[in-house]
Amino acid sequence: MAEGNPGDTSPAGKPLVRFEAVSKRFGNIAAVERLSLDIFEREFFALLGPSGCGKTTLLRMLAGFERPSEGRILLDGADISDVPPHRRPVNMMFQSYALFPHLTVQANIAFGLKQDGMPKPDIAARVGEMLALVKLEGFSGRMPHQLSGGQRQRVALARALAKRPRVLLLDEPLSALDRKLREDTRFELMELQGKLGLTFIIVTHDQEEAMTLADRIGVMNAGGLEQVATPSDIYERPNSRWVAGFIGDVNLIGGRIASSFLGHTLIESETGERLLVGHPSDAEIGTAISIAVRPEKVQIETANSGVSDENRFPGRVAEVAYLGGMSMYQVKLDNGLVMKATAVNHTRQTEQAIGAGARVWLSFSRDAGVMLTR
Amino acid sequence: MTNATHTISPGRSVRQGRRLLILIPVLWLTVFFLVPCLIVLKISLSQTAIAQPPYMPVLDLSAGWAGLRDFANGLSLDNYKLLGSDWLYLTSYLRSVTIAALSTAILLLIGYPVAYGIARAPRRLQPVLVMAVFLPFLTAFLIRIYAWINILQREGLLNDALIALGVIREPLVWLSTDTAIVIGIVYSYLPFMVLPLYASLEKMDESLLEAAADLGAPRWKAFWLVTVPLSASGIFAGALLCFIPIAGEFVIPDLLGGSDAMMIGQTLWTEFFQNKDWPVASAVAIALLIVLLAPILVYQHLQMRALGDR
Repeated sequence: MAEGNPGDTSPAGKPLVRFEAVSKRFGNIAAVERLSLDIFEREFFALLGPSGCGKTTLLRMLAGFERPSEGRILLDGADISDVPPHRRPVNMMFQSYALFPHLTVQANIAFGLKQDGMPKPDIAARVGEMLALVKLEGFSGRMPHQLSGGQRQRVALARALAKRPRVLLLDEPLSALDRKLREDTRFELMELQGKLGLTFIIVTHDQEEAMTLADRIGVMNAGGLEQVATPSDIYERPNSRWVAGFIGDVNLIGGRIASSFLGHTLIESETGERLLVGHPSDAEIGTAISIAVRPEKVQIETANSGVSDENRFPGRVAEVAYLGGMSMYQVKLDNGLVMKATAVNHTRQTEQAIGAGARVWLSFSRDAGVMLTR
Repeated sequence: MTNATHTISPGRSVRQGRRLLILIPVLWLTVFFLVPCLIVLKISLSQTAIAQPPYMPVLDLSAGWAGLRDFANGLSLDNYKLLGSDWLYLTSYLRSVTIAALSTAILLLIGYPVAYGIARAPRRLQPVLVMAVFLPFLTAFLIRIYAWINILQREGLLNDALIALGVIREPLVWLSTDTAIVIGIVYSYLPFMVLPLYASLEKMDESLLEAAADLGAPRWKAFWLVTVPLSASGIFAGALLCFIPIAGEFVIPDLLGGSDAMMIGQTLWTEFFQNKDWPVASAVAIALLIVLLAPILVYQHLQMRALGDR
């Protein structure tokens, strides 16, 4: 287990890639700060974070383009800190694709194989195999500038996969594609990873991309890991206000722990309500906490239909954002807070739909909220 | 309907404007290149004469058709036949091309690392370094060549330095040798090699070298397989920009070289000013133009192919 990673739910087994207290400084600026992380064989791991959080630096250190200022990077248990990039069994797909503009598709894909001194017939066979894998048969003679963005992306992928690397690194691989193509390509990437049984590490700032693609996500912020967990754990059980706010939309309600009983925690909110959360807490009574509730877990009703009054607030709709399949309501509560709730539009919108200014009741069940101490 | 015609008509005026724009270089080249070239070509087909101008026939338009016919009959390829039969000219051409080729090769060997270094320097330093390459041009060309005479002569700086360093005991003869010519040429033409190379190296994407390293190529191999092919247009442009004027160079071989062998520029000068043989001098010039046209056409062809791909 990597040290100091709260919420780490690593799969069993020996790690393939291990970052050991790795730091990277550029002058006085720390891009990565004492970061430890284990990535396992056949994992699809996503490094997710806002731009400038150090995720690309981490990837570039694994590829060998940057040397860690401190700490070690292990691959298969061996320290690779001093191994130059051209000797690492790791290949990278660049954000810009970095296809050689003077070489054909075939020569681009064969480039790495030639460096290994693979016999010519074997190279031809492998290139053919790769072209079939990315569905670009018949394009081998084209030059990169004769290809569309999506095709270039596939060539870059084929080139990075051709050497059958121990780990494939993908730096924002889909960011240059338009939305529709990006979504299709996501599924192809997942399928490819399953088929080849390789370890993929992807760097992205797109949370949706990380959620759909990855087995585990490492959420990065300011050069460190905030949380390492499966996509559902990251979303449903974020370990900090920052993670809860970074991934998806969230309502944060401040308060203090009032009491704890039978695996439940009673919280006194800043606005004086008593709220119930359905999980216990290690924190002492009186500790300041936040309750994070996702908008889709908040019910919106025009009448107070609740049997008990737990986690239930009256308010008035301030704004409605109609998103087609669902609507998002911004509700000004009577206690002064503003809360967001989303509701699926089960029927076609009619005059009776909840509109701005409507009197509503918001509620969320005790299992909807998660208590955050950080 | 009127709207539709209105949307089409601006296209025509744009096309006309474009034609007008092309006219400017065409006019310039016609007046200052094509017409003089044709005049030189005409003179090259004439014979020397002790007259003013010193050649014949002279086109006499006042004689009408007869004058034109006399003029045409007077033209001949004799001067070109002379160029082909006299070893003086052939060796002169060969010498020019050899020295130009050797100098261009040395310029490439020196210019490439210089351009590469500038292209890899911090962004804000690059314009300063490019300016520095051109700095010697702020002094007069002749003064710089005379300075080289000073450096290369028997008691010059070069011999002094070599003796002081203990490389040689006795001063070497530098001046009036081909080595001196090549040194002078390489010194004078370096900026013309560096600039196009820098221009092509400067826009190179750093991530391509990282990709090459990532795929298993050590640095030197990545340089050879990626950097060099991608700077090919700069190499061609620099080589042409140097090779062509060097082949016709007159001042540098005249001041730094020996008197036993001549480059074609010197031969031309001798024909023109010493022998006063304008027709042969013109033929020498036209033949040189044809010799130099070959590499330009090759370059053009490659450029067009590269453009056609895009």
